[in-house]
Amino acid sequence: MSDLNTFGKFETAWCPGCGDFGILEALKDALVKLNLEPHKIVLVSGIGQAAKLPHYLYGNVFNGLHGRAIPAATGIKMANNKLAVLVTSGDGDIYGEGGNHLIHAIRRNINITVIVHNNQVYALTKGQASPTSDLGYVTKVQPQGVIDEPIHPLTMAIALGAGFAARGFAGDKEHLSLMIQEGVKHQGLAIIDVLQWCVTFNKKNNFAWYKKRVYKLGPEYDSCDKTKALEKSMEWGDRIPLGIIYKNGRSSFEESYGLPKDKALVDEEIEPGKVSLALKEFL
Amino acid sequence: MNVDITIKIAGEAGQGLQTMGQLLAKAFSRAGWCVFANQVLQSRIRGGHNWFQIRIADSPVTAHSDATDILIALDDESAYHTGELSESSITVLDSSLITYNPERGLILDIPFEKTAKESGGNKLMGNAVALGAVLGILEYDINILFGLLREGFQDKNPEVVQANIQAVQAGYNLACRKIKGNKFSPLNRTNGAAKMLINASEAIALGALAAGCKFISAYPMSPSTGIMTYLASKAKEFNLIVEQSEDEIASINMALGASYAGVRAMTATSGGGFALMVEGLSLSAMTETPVVIVDAQRPGPATGLPTRTAQEDLEYVIYSGGGEFPRAVVAPLSIEDAFYLTFKAFNLADKYQIPVIILSDQLLADSYVTVDSFDVESLKIERHILSDEQLKDIKDYKRYRITESGISPRALPGNPYGLVVADSDEHDEEGHITEDVDWTRPEMVKKRNRKTAGLLKEMSAPIRYGPAEAKNILIGWGSSYGALKEAVDILNLEKEKVSLAHFNQVWPLNKEYFGFLDTAEFVCVAENNFRGQFAHLITAQTGKVIPNRINKFNGLAFTAQEIVEEYKKLKCAF
Repeated sequence: MSDLNTFGKFETAWCPGCGDFGILEALKDALVKLNLEPHKIVLVSGIGQAAKLPHYLYGNVFNGLHGRAIPAATGIKMANNKLAVLVTSGDGDIYGEGGNHLIHAIRRNINITVIVHNNQVYALTKGQASPTSDLGYVTKVQPQGVIDEPIHPLTMAIALGAGFAARGFAGDKEHLSLMIQEGVKHQGLAIIDVLQWCVTFNKKNNFAWYKKRVYKLGPEYDSCDKTKALEKSMEWGDRIPLGIIYKNGRSSFEESYGLPKDKALVDEEIEPGKVSLALKEFL
Repeated sequence: MNVDITIKIAGEAGQGLQTMGQLLAKAFSRAGWCVFANQVLQSRIRGGHNWFQIRIADSPVTAHSDATDILIALDDESAYHTGELSESSITVLDSSLITYNPERGLILDIPFEKTAKESGGNKLMGNAVALGAVLGILEYDINILFGLLREGFQDKNPEVVQANIQAVQAGYNLACRKIKGNKFSPLNRTNGAAKMLINASEAIALGALAAGCKFISAYPMSPSTGIMTYLASKAKEFNLIVEQSEDEIASINMALGASYAGVRAMTATSGGGFALMVEGLSLSAMTETPVVIVDAQRPGPATGLPTRTAQEDLEYVIYSGGGEFPRAVVAPLSIEDAFYLTFKAFNLADKYQIPVIILSDQLLADSYVTVDSFDVESLKIERHILSDEQLKDIKDYKRYRITESGISPRALPGNPYGLVVADSDEHDEEGHITEDVDWTRPEMVKKRNRKTAGLLKEMSAPIRYGPAEAKNILIGWGSSYGALKEAVDILNLEKEKVSLAHFNQVWPLNKEYFGFLDTAEFVCVAENNFRGQFAHLITAQTGKVIPNRINKFNGLAFTAQEIVEEYKKLKCAF
């Protein structure tokens, strides 16, 4: 049995009051409730302040390249499906630099959980626009304000056929923990867009801005209705919904590819002798 | 060599040259003849002028020849090959389809489509008539081809197979009747036991399977795609994952993820795709995660000539990637070598926890050669991974422990005794991000780069061929071995005493292997590139400048005859 102490306490490189702390606490809580131990998980990240999260709790870690957490996580899960593989990276990493990988990972539907710390800004590089920055958002690089339409990650995910698309809020740890637990339990790729304030660079979308707008989807909401989910995913502005926006039961990569459930690829026997038989086909 | 015949099938893409060529090549390899076959093609699905050339001999051949003995001309552009014909060559054509006149050698005019129809088939079986005609000219055992047709088309309607067989027979009969007393000695015998006919994509894939590779992620790119294709055909049988990734960046990052989790993993691409992999290459180095990358070279820069050959990526694969780190580069000198070097690449990658690059090229990838067999039994997989039993006894496991060899103990994630933390950032011995520039950073740089000393000892000496006392030395690397070796034979027959030093393990390059330069009088480096990249490496390692160069960079491979001519010119001017 694991508890919160199992995952340790570390000094971080985050700003005091950063939304990342809430995500870290929610993640630890979810792992405890899922009864996962540090050696059974792999935390995969790219680059950015969010991507440092794997260093702040006990677990196996693959902190790879900027934008490339998803393909690395895909390879890890394919090689060892007994490990719980969670990606934790930022909006710039997953939606910007790694956008192509997200698109195809959703299509592929490998059984990983992608937690996106979405603070609508590039913080580590000191405050440029991110793919989710609001229109008109002013930065030193976008002095006239952002003119590109922001990415709507959950709308995109649902349109691509995602099996699980949810939104959490770094300021509601209990709810976010629940989203992560559901995401990990889901068989297939789960994407969780986590709204997160940036105390240093995003003066617009701050804690109060989010707090005023977010609301939780109630039991009356049917997360299996794709058309309604698309509509709900587009709700942004005065009110922003939190919860599982959409889920379905489509087959995971593992099921479609026919990987054995009870045996990891890394544990499969290696039979070089079989090569001798293959050689005969060339005669 | 008593038998040395080159058959060329020339025509447009989409006319079935490859199917015809492969059938014909296999018809000879199956009776024990030595075959070297390759395809020269344009990057298009239909049209253009392509050819499939097959050289048949009674002893091993490893390169194509400039001369053509039998030409199957399927289009007017086959006139391109007229210069390769001799007075005794035979051009097989259908004068109702071809308007040019070869004006050299003999012409065997056979109405392919008409004969196919008369023999009970349809006009699509004209190619079968042409194949039959070639075998007729050589008086070759036609039953071997019948057997191949039955095996190859066993899923098809038996009537179609039978009609093809009849078309082959009709072509055979016509050729026997029309060409009497041609110069070719009848090949109505076998040349020993059946041989394997295989290309380098297949050989690399088989090498990977023999090494226990369980994972390939790749993005299709000529001329590397054949590796993934063959592995996909064996994925079920060998329990391996073959994933066509969204781009080459994903390819290498997926492979690294899989390797981190403990399976042997690889990717394959060509120059352009390798560019996208370069950051991943340095990730492999930084996280010390083994990976095998095949760069099947094509001429560049950029998209270059997708379906032609070159040795232009040598310096690129050696120097690419941010930062300084060790890597190994092997360059197979033959298709057989590609099998063994691939196996070695996986062992090296695991032992040193580094990226290993296999530098193949279009010549190897698209050539078929006969091989007796591969010695699978003698190969030994060496993983260098800590078992749970070993880990249990390690009190304080550190994935990146500083060691004298530079190699740290490797555990896999999932074990209950030590967490495995990998980071693309500079990291401490546990793998966690650090900015300690006083001790950790310099010690980690030294640790990683210390692996080179061990690696240097792993790289084999060059293959030496020709008279040991020769003071004239040709130097080559990689796929040009066949042509260079044959050039050495020709030159020595002409009383020019010359030997070959040929490298198939090109990085890191051990300067001790260049002792022969001290006593040589005339040295010449032959490479399929413009700038003489291997010659640069030799200078960088030994301080010796080799001004005599043979460089070919039009996208085609060397022939022995070309090497001989260029060698003589350089020697004359020396």
